[in-house]
Amino acid sequence: MSERTDKDGAPIVRMEKLNKHFGTLHVLKDVDLEVTPGEVVVIIGASGSGKSTLIRCINGLEEFQKGKLEVDGKRLEPHGKASKALQQIRTEVGMVFQQFNLFPHLSVRDNVTLAPRKVRGASRAEARETADRLLERVGIANQADKYPGQLSGGQQQRVALARALAMEPRLMLFDEPTSALDPEMIGEVLDAMRELAREGMTMVIVTHEMSFAREVADRVIYIHEGEIVEEGPPEAVFDNPQRERTRSFLSRVLTH
Amino acid sequence: MNSSFDFDWEAAFQSIPHLLAGIPYTLLISFAGLAIGFVIGMIFGLLRLSRAPWLRWPAVAYIEIFRGTPVLVQVLFIFYGLPQILGGPIPALAAGIAAIAVNSGAYISEIVRGGVQSIERGQREAGLSLGLSRSQTFRYIIWPQGFRRMIPALGNQGIISIKDTSLFAVIGVGELVRQGQIYIATTFRALEVYLMVAILYLAITLTLSLLLRLLERKGLVGQ
Ligand SMILES: Nc1ncnc2c1ncn2[C@@H]1O[C@H](COP(=O)(O)OP(=O)(O)OP(=O)(O)O)[C@@H](O)[C@H]1O
Ligand SMILES: [Mg+2]
Repeated sequence: MSERTDKDGAPIVRMEKLNKHFGTLHVLKDVDLEVTPGEVVVIIGASGSGKSTLIRCINGLEEFQKGKLEVDGKRLEPHGKASKALQQIRTEVGMVFQQFNLFPHLSVRDNVTLAPRKVRGASRAEARETADRLLERVGIANQADKYPGQLSGGQQQRVALARALAMEPRLMLFDEPTSALDPEMIGEVLDAMRELAREGMTMVIVTHEMSFAREVADRVIYIHEGEIVEEGPPEAVFDNPQRERTRSFLSRVLTH
Repeated sequence: MNSSFDFDWEAAFQSIPHLLAGIPYTLLISFAGLAIGFVIGMIFGLLRLSRAPWLRWPAVAYIEIFRGTPVLVQVLFIFYGLPQILGGPIPALAAGIAAIAVNSGAYISEIVRGGVQSIERGQREAGLSLGLSRSQTFRYIIWPQGFRRMIPALGNQGIISIKDTSLFAVIGVGELVRQGQIYIATTFRALEVYLMVAILYLAITLTLSLLLRLLERKGLVGQ
């Protein structure tokens, strides 16, 4: 699990006292978070606690109102001011969504080649080569000419992973990547993620898969009503939680 | 009572060559008008979606005005009214094309807005998260999907606009209805001629419906 190399590099995410409101709803409260290169951070917490909002701030899909946020050395400003930095960050940060969000009008291969071609300026042939290599790696090389609607959920999510990886991101965000899948397909997606973690990818993962979290995480963060209540290595958080809230959350999710 | 009902098949058939002379005008007004209307609709439909009020408001005003007034009044205004402002006459054909353009443009604006809005938020987020710019996301992801969903409604609007051109007989454009009126003036066979006029409209609109049905079957439409 620990072939990580550059863990002592500068943090790739640096969040300080981040505050986020949806109207009058205070969703993130003074959140501090640092992610160092090569680290795998898993975020857990009850529904509505702000997990999605937190990771969506990292690539600017949600704006925040107060605090500091630096991703890959670039500063994101409060109130979502569209900036050059934001787009640069997005080219370096990949995201996998709960609902896959594949482009249904494009073939699997075109889903994967679109961004490298249009953003990185890769040639059709280059992009295709990369796409086929990545699709091979996530085990769907033979489906490249199909359309997303023709694939199973698990296959679609693996295409989504390949699509994000095609941009050669420095950081990958996952928002409940297996929550929309039938149980028998969860394993194949987790396997692909495990593989990625082993290769040293920096990852921030929101998941309800606790045994997976325990296995791949370097650090687990428990968030409750927009606040980070507890964080630490998975053994510490899962086996010896310090806070009562964490304990009651874990006892609810670990019993079934 | 059956003395008044003697359908003259010969008169009906003889009217056809005369009526056919109107079809190029009907088609020209329809398709030129709709083509311009589509450009207008794309621009105003997107402006309508803008978050900036000074962009959105003119679009709302345009749509409401041209949807809320009859196309007949619009063409009369353009043909008889505008020359007073412009200081010179407007050809009837141009007035007809303009009326279809601004009228269908208002409806198509709403179709474009609906089509674009119907694309799930996740599509845009996926595009942006891959580093595509907002305009690239629109061009490669939102528009192609939205456009497919617009096609049935656009086809519908096409059929409505084709039929609307029949009103332009009043300004003397030599389209289908006008040709019918001219022929009736010399033959007095209103029943036969208007039946033939109706059949010719039906032939045009059914052809369009059929084309759309084919597109749909090929899976190029909808989703
Ligand atoms: N676009 C929005 N507008 C208003 N409120 C929102 C919006 N998105 C989320 N919220 C609210 O913000 C809070 C945090 O939502 P968030 O989606 O981050 O929770 P979550 O921890 O990811 O939950 P889940 O496990 O259900 O995905 C919730 O109360 C939610 O209702
Ligand atoms: Mg969520």
